[in-house]
Amino acid sequence: MEPSKEKSADNANLEKQKESSISFDFTDSKKEIKLESKNTNVFYGDNHVIKNVNLKIREKTVTAFIGPSGCGKSTFLRLFNRMNDYIESFHMKGEILIDKKDIYDGDIRVEDLRKNVGMVFQKPNPFPKSIYENVIYGLKIQGIKDKKILQAAVEESLISAALWDEVKDQLNKSALALSGGQQQRLCIARALAVKPTVLLMDEPASALDPIATSKIEELIHVLKNDYTIVIVTHNMQQAGRVSDKTAFFYIGELIEYENTKDVFINPKHELTERYITGRFG
Amino acid sequence: MNNADKNQLKDVVFKYLGVFASLIGIILLTIFIASIISDGLKRIDWQFLTSLPSRKADRAGILTAWTGSLWIFFLTALISIPLGIAAAIYLEEYSKKNRLSRILEINITNLAGVPSVIYGILGLEIFVRTWKLGGSLLAGAFTLSLLILPIIIVATREAIKAVPATIKEASFGMGATKWQTIWHQVLPSSAGGIATGVILALSRAVGEAAPVIVIGALAYVPFVAQSPMDEFTVLPIQIFNWVSRPDAGFITNAAAGIIILLAVTFLLNGIAVYLRYRWQRHLKW
Amino acid sequence: MLKVRLKEKIIESGLWLSAMATILTTIAIIWVLISQSFVFFQHVSIIEFLTETEWTPLFSNKKYGILPLLAGTISTTLVAILVALPLGITIAIYLSEYAPKLVRNLFKPALEILAAVPTVVYGFFALTVVTPFLKNIFPGISTFNALSAGLVMGIMIIPMVSSLSEDALRAVPNSLREAAFGMGSTKFQTSFQVLVPAASSGIIVSVILAISRAIGETMIVAIAAGQQPNLTLNPLETVETITAFIVQVSLGDVPHGSIEYQTIFAAGLMLFLFTFVLNNISHYLKEKFQEKYE
Repeated sequence: MEPSKEKSADNANLEKQKESSISFDFTDSKKEIKLESKNTNVFYGDNHVIKNVNLKIREKTVTAFIGPSGCGKSTFLRLFNRMNDYIESFHMKGEILIDKKDIYDGDIRVEDLRKNVGMVFQKPNPFPKSIYENVIYGLKIQGIKDKKILQAAVEESLISAALWDEVKDQLNKSALALSGGQQQRLCIARALAVKPTVLLMDEPASALDPIATSKIEELIHVLKNDYTIVIVTHNMQQAGRVSDKTAFFYIGELIEYENTKDVFINPKHELTERYITGRFG
Repeated sequence: MNNADKNQLKDVVFKYLGVFASLIGIILLTIFIASIISDGLKRIDWQFLTSLPSRKADRAGILTAWTGSLWIFFLTALISIPLGIAAAIYLEEYSKKNRLSRILEINITNLAGVPSVIYGILGLEIFVRTWKLGGSLLAGAFTLSLLILPIIIVATREAIKAVPATIKEASFGMGATKWQTIWHQVLPSSAGGIATGVILALSRAVGEAAPVIVIGALAYVPFVAQSPMDEFTVLPIQIFNWVSRPDAGFITNAAAGIIILLAVTFLLNGIAVYLRYRWQRHLKW
Repeated sequence: MLKVRLKEKIIESGLWLSAMATILTTIAIIWVLISQSFVFFQHVSIIEFLTETEWTPLFSNKKYGILPLLAGTISTTLVAILVALPLGITIAIYLSEYAPKLVRNLFKPALEILAAVPTVVYGFFALTVVTPFLKNIFPGISTFNALSAGLVMGIMIIPMVSSLSEDALRAVPNSLREAAFGMGSTKFQTSFQVLVPAASSGIIVSVILAISRAIGETMIVAIAAGQQPNLTLNPLETVETITAFIVQVSLGDVPHGSIEYQTIFAAGLMLFLFTFVLNNISHYLKEKFQEKYE
């Protein structure tokens, strides 16, 4: 696709901002870089929805993507497990690297990618099957049939998702009979069962009540020790509570990306400040 | 009576007219069925169900007809269900929005409107003559399969469409392939809706006479079909044959045959309605 | 891993082939009708076929004029539409604008039953119940006649008209209803002055599809309208429709391949053309009226 003049102007603008204000790497950490986006642009048809985003995420950290509706944060999140591939007009430029490997390379199989990069969606979406069936789904489609392995995986995943104690006696009950918060933790367990290294969470608590939300947040704290977590959220407090780093997006651009406390206490960019203080959005 | 009163009256009159119009067809049908039952029910006995056709009305039976219909039901199901569901899955989940998919959609709408007797002509040329199947059960089943294919495809697509996108996303998100997602999530979730459509379609196939007459199914078949390559007759043809005879005894036979055919049709439709009801309740995720 | 990819490809190909089977069906129908009619038209000129007033391929003095069959088809269809159109539209308006939800949930499946009954059953109904009843009113009516077959066919296609018309009425935006009610209109006035005109293209679609269905209906007319080609539009007389003729030849012992036998393909081609054109008109109109509200 040939970028129009307007778009090149946009890009030029971006370059300027990047030089002036944002540093994208964090040298304070000894952790390896897990996820990286290089000059990433996304188009839906002619619509330029992600504009030249560069960012690096270190392993075993929690990164929050924030920004007003339509800023592209969910689209950007879904680049990391290629869930945008199903949108017919979707088209991207640039690179998305996981463990230094471009996941949009021809030799990458999306199915394998997604086993490594689990996802939790906005609305809890358990399959209309039993709790047990939900958790083993990922293993089942990999062809694992050994009952012992499956049973162990169910227990381990449900424990990791802090759901085991609540459901251990009713694993054959329909997942749809669980409360919304339990359903969402089940979805997390389901994602963990295939042993991913990255967890993408697209507003995982937006459909839940405050108590269920706080359980999810506690869970994120624990999971951080083993997984690289990226969470999209509308909720500023949540971003403040759960994340180490925060990235602020605005109309497809990455405006600011810093340690969370810096973003909230001392935002560098005026747009960020206006957003976190609730003056638009 | 002023204008407003007149308008009010028209409104009420039309309401009752609406009730009348809605019920007139079903009332007439009920009266007719009642008269058929009073004519034909006494004719239904063991002899009627187990006798071969005969030139004498009181010795004739529907053994070959109902066994033929049963054969046709299962053979048609065997051919049309996999074909129809597969085509629907392709259209709903695989085909891109392009010229070909447009042509496919318009074509299926068109096929649904082709008169059944034309399918008979198609079956006659392709299955009976070109494939040399003769007037066999298999030729009949192929013909009827093509006839009901559009019904199955449309119903299956509707059912698949009703599966929430979130379920599919969850499955893809777990690293499932497209087919794994369809097989493990989409099809189980839409099975109720698909079954409803399939049963309605098969009920239609069992009730058809015209296309099977055209492919050469005979009214007089003096043996029970043993294999898909045998010649056959079906209940609707047997009824048609009896209706067109002047002898009153055969009219009674026709009435008795109709009772059986209607019982099967209503049973199938009842199952379909029940499945649809259960499936729709299930749809609340 | 390669195995999985290969499996996905094979499955997709299988599904694609199944979808293509529907296209093949259409091609096969058209090919069969045209190639076989071609044989027929080598012996009978198209002019004779379209203008000759007699259809006697099964007699010794053979004449091949489609007009009598066409007349039979038209008169039975006309009677059927005259029944189904007013009843179907009344039902549609009643169900969409008047009926409480409970009544609608009861009536709709009841109406669907009418479409589920096998057509031989309707044929029997026409011949054994309706025709004797008509004899009381029209003593001169033939035992096999277009009126009886048409009336019963009309009952059968009521649900077709009513359900599609109801969909069209429901698609009319509520704002139009509110506007009419806000002006003090009764439901009756709103329905006929605002809603029916607004839904007219959808209603027309339902009627065209019903006509197409009536033209193609076979068993009712074969049983109750007769098997005697007759160039008349008088519904009290015995007629033969295109479809009934095809059945008649199929049941007879006309040798395959003879010119008499080939007539069913020429007749079938006529029938196919009519329904094909009608279906496509309705499809075109439907697309257009869907756009309007989207």
